[in-house]
This record gives sequence, C-alpha cells and structure tokens, in this order.
Amino acid sequence: MKEESPWRRFCSDFISSKIALTGLILLSLVVAVALFAPWISPQNPYDLAKLDLLDSRLEPGGKYLLGTDGQGRDMLSAIFYGLRVSLLVGVVSGLIALTLGGLLGVLAAYAGGRFEALLMRVVDIQLGFPAILVALILIAVLGKGVDKIIVALVCVQWAYYARTARSAALAERGKEYMEAARGLGLGRARIVLRHLLPNALPPLIVVATVQVAHAIALEATLSFLGLGLPTTEPSLGLLIANGYEYLLSGKYWISLYPGIALLLTILAINLVGDQLRDQLNPRLSRA
Amino acid sequence: MAVFILRRLAQTLLVLFVTSALVFGGLYLIGNPIDILVNPAADEAEKLRAAAALGLDRPVLEQYWIFLKSALGGDLGKSFVFGRPALEVILERMPATLELAFLAMVMSVGLGIPLGLYAGLYPDRLSSKAIMAGSILGFSLPTFWVGLLLIMVFAVQLGWLPSTGRGPTQEVFGLQISILSLEGLKYAFLPSLNLALFKLSLIIRLTRAQVREQALLDYIRFARAKGLPRARVIGVHLLKNIMIPLVTVIGLELGSVIAFAIVTESVFAWPGMGKLVIDSIFQLDRPVVVAYLLVVVFMFIMINLAVDLLYSALDPRVRIAEAK
Repeated sequence: MKEESPWRRFCSDFISSKIALTGLILLSLVVAVALFAPWISPQNPYDLAKLDLLDSRLEPGGKYLLGTDGQGRDMLSAIFYGLRVSLLVGVVSGLIALTLGGLLGVLAAYAGGRFEALLMRVVDIQLGFPAILVALILIAVLGKGVDKIIVALVCVQWAYYARTARSAALAERGKEYMEAARGLGLGRARIVLRHLLPNALPPLIVVATVQVAHAIALEATLSFLGLGLPTTEPSLGLLIANGYEYLLSGKYWISLYPGIALLLTILAINLVGDQLRDQLNPRLSRA
Repeated sequence: MAVFILRRLAQTLLVLFVTSALVFGGLYLIGNPIDILVNPAADEAEKLRAAAALGLDRPVLEQYWIFLKSALGGDLGKSFVFGRPALEVILERMPATLELAFLAMVMSVGLGIPLGLYAGLYPDRLSSKAIMAGSILGFSLPTFWVGLLLIMVFAVQLGWLPSTGRGPTQEVFGLQISILSLEGLKYAFLPSLNLALFKLSLIIRLTRAQVREQALLDYIRFARAKGLPRARVIGVHLLKNIMIPLVTVIGLELGSVIAFAIVTESVFAWPGMGKLVIDSIFQLDRPVVVAYLLVVVFMFIMINLAVDLLYSALDPRVRIAEAK
C-alpha cells in the first residue's frame, strides 16, 4: 500500500468531520461573495446615481430580496460590499499581527535574557485587559479610518501571537534538529527564520483562526459604536448600526440581515478553527 | 507575600502613568474641543478666552504636568461638558454599571455552572450536545447584535419588556440602585442578559471541560468505591476541585464585564459609565475620557490582584510554588 503523505492525511481527517466540513464550505462561500461582490451584487450600493429615495425602507421581497435601507440602498448588495470590508480588515490585521507577534515571540525565545523578560511582561500586562478596552483607548487616540482600525486591531492582537510563538519556540529550541542547525554553523537569522519559525507555526495558525474571528467581531462592535470605519466604507457593523434607528419602529431587516451575515462569517471561522485546533494539538493526536 | 503585593502596586502605578500619558497625548492630537464647546458664531477673542478658562491654551506638556500634579491629589480635572469634576461625574454613573455587571455575573454563574456540570457528567446525551452547540453560538454572536435582537423580539414584537433606559432608582447607602424594585428589574433584565451571554458560554465550556477531566481521577473513583452517595461525590468532592480554576476565570471575567458594559449600555441606552465614555469621546470631553480609563484600569488591576490572592488562598499548591 502506498504511504499517505502527511498533508493528504491532514485533509482527509479534516473532511471526516461533518461540522468542520460545513464550516469550511460556509467559509469558502463567504470569502467568494466578498471577493466577487462587485460582479454578483444586484446594484452598486455606493453609486449614488443608482439609488432611488422613493425605494427607501422597502420590506424584503419583491424588487429587493432583503429590502432596502433609509437611503433606498439594496440591503443584499450593501451586505456583499460590507462583507468585503469586514473580511479585509480582519484578515489584514490578523496577518500583520501574526507576522509581528510571531517574530517577536520567536526572537524572545531565542534571545532570552532581558529582551524576553521585558517583552513577556508587556504581553502579560496587555492581556490582563479586555480587547475592547485596549481597542477603545487606541481608537479614541488614533481617530477613525480603515488604516487606524487596522493599527488598533494589530495592537490588540499581537500579544496573543507573541505569547504562543514564544512557548512553541521554547519547546522547539531544545530539539535535535535545532542543535544540528547550530552545529552546521548556520547564521542566527537563518536558524530563526528557516528552522525555528516553520516548526513553531502550527499553534500560531490555530490562534490565528480564533483571532481573525475576534478581529471581525471587534471591528463590527467599534463600527457599531461609531468609533470604527468612516461611513464611506460601511462594514457589516456600520450597516447594523444604521438599522438601529429603524428597529424600534419594527423595520427589522436593515439590522437583522447584516447581523446574520456577520454571525455566519464568525461561526464558519470558529468551526474551522475548532477542527484545526483538535488536529494540530499533539496531545489529542490519534494513537 | 508582602513583597508580591508591593511589587504589584508599583506595577499598577506604572501602568496608570503610561495609560494616562498615552491617552492624554493622543487625545490632544485629535480635534479641538473648543470648536464643539463654544458657540460656532463666537469670534476669535471669545474662543481664546474659553480656551484660557479651561487651561487649553498652554503647551501640551505643561497641561499634562498640571494634570499629573492634581491627579496625585485625587483630582482628575473638570469635565468640559458638565462643568463638574470628571471623577465625580464617573462615580455618579458607576452604580448603574455595577448593578448591570452584578446581575450579568449572577446569571452566568447561576446558569453556567449547573449547565456545564450536566453537560460534563452526561456528555453523550442529546441535551448536553444542545447545550454545547448553544455555547458555540454564544461565542460567535457579537454582543451588540444580540442586544438588538433582544430589543426586537422582547420589546418591539412581544412588548413584554421596556426596550431602553433604566428604571426608577432607590437610594441605598447614598447610591442610586434600580434593581431592587420589580419595575427596575424589568428594565435591567434585557441588558444584563445581553451582557451575560458571552460569559455564560465561557463558564459552561470551562465547567464541562473541568468535570470531564476530574471525573476520571482516582479520588472520585475512591469516593464512589467508598459508597458515598452520588450527590455527595458530585456536590462536595467534584465541585470543590473544579471551583479553583473557575474562581480565577469568574474573577477575571468580572473585570471584562465592566469593560463590555460599554457595548451593552450603548445598545440599551443604559446610563452607566460605558455610555458616558462613548458620549464623551464624541464630545471631545477629554477629562472624562482620561478619568474613565484610569478608573477602569485601576479597577481592573485591583480585581486581578484580588483574584491572584484568592487563588493562592484556595489552592495550597500555588503558595508552595511561590515560596520556592
């Protein structure tokens, strides 16, 4: 019998869990919608010439599948475009935080000494406060904007990656392949980047899935509070906030549907993340 | 132990100092509060007079130095909007936030531990799986959106509960409390449920994981072999051991409930500290924003410290590790 490659075994393990597979399909769908929003949306929600004020606050069904908002904007199109912004902010901030935190954590483990002590103390103190509070301080200080909110989300998240990367790297440091790499006389940078980092990656990937979901939820929350993105680039959170004023008069769809889109996105990421965590955790690996 | 507490208090001062410098410097850079506070029709001279009255005409470092000096005396500056000491404005709103946090904790602990215990003792039952699925949902649902749903269903559609605001208050030891009357509880129910949902999910999952881990250990098997009734094994032996990690998490979550109240209070127009700070950010009321953050950061550090101390009191193993 042919030997299974690790990658293939990983994939077949993943697919064998129905819940995780559902999550993956859902996630692919969400990403596809976000990517192709300009081509699949019934209208361009930000082209003011296309909007008809007479069509404002229409109920779902009929000409507009999910109804319209206060400006006569088609909710379905607004959600597609909003998903784009939400995912972009979540993924970009996640990637930057992963790179920054991962590198700092691995460096701390490798360098040790004062640098490690100082970095970990900062991480400890920051993680002692809830993310929403840290983000609120930063947004109050930085102001609004896509770039500002990405900076705030990176500042909130890097500590999780740094802590995980450090502990993973500490476990790897004593292993034989690291000794071999040092024995070969390889440069420090090469050892850290080519040998240590790839092996410290699996736990970081698990943290990343959780954190991207958190980042998307946090951005939506800040936007809902009016502290996130500017109104020219409405994310799902802002769409929900826009519907808030109509909620009390029973016009539920303006807030409800963007919220469902947000929920499905976060749920899909969490389901995939749960399965990844189980599969990448050596303590739970099959005997 | 004394050294430990002293070191933590020194660290507290450092964190407060860094927070204040960061926030003070940052807020100085965004917007000019004078433009909002003074009548737009006012001329330059009037604006300058207003700036001088609030001390805003001085260089930022000097403003910060004045702030630090008076902060050490317990004075965190005067609110631009209310014209009263910022600390006073915040402390006035604090009972509203604390009663919300209190109700939310009672709900999440009172429901979370029994549900988690059940799901952990009977992991294969359908009802346990439903509880766990619900807890995943509770994790994934953004708090503010759940708040909107609650208003939509219980206030707008069913009309059972008031949608926003706080009920009538009573004075208890000089504090304005609303949750002692039925009318007040009606107003507080939806917001505190909203605030509790995330914590509830967390406590369910944690309790279940603990129960499943501990139920396999020898001391439980021994207690059962001894012929103790099942209720005693679970209620005394098991519960005591799963409480240690739970107390830590519950303690730490108390702080995060206070922070997350910002969101819930904004959704339900609940007049607490969280709503105050969001309003103050929009109105560029710097002293209130700075004072709020310092008060919350201070509360946080104190809660963390209390949890650490409680932890070592509950678990003798921690004390031994520290002594070494």
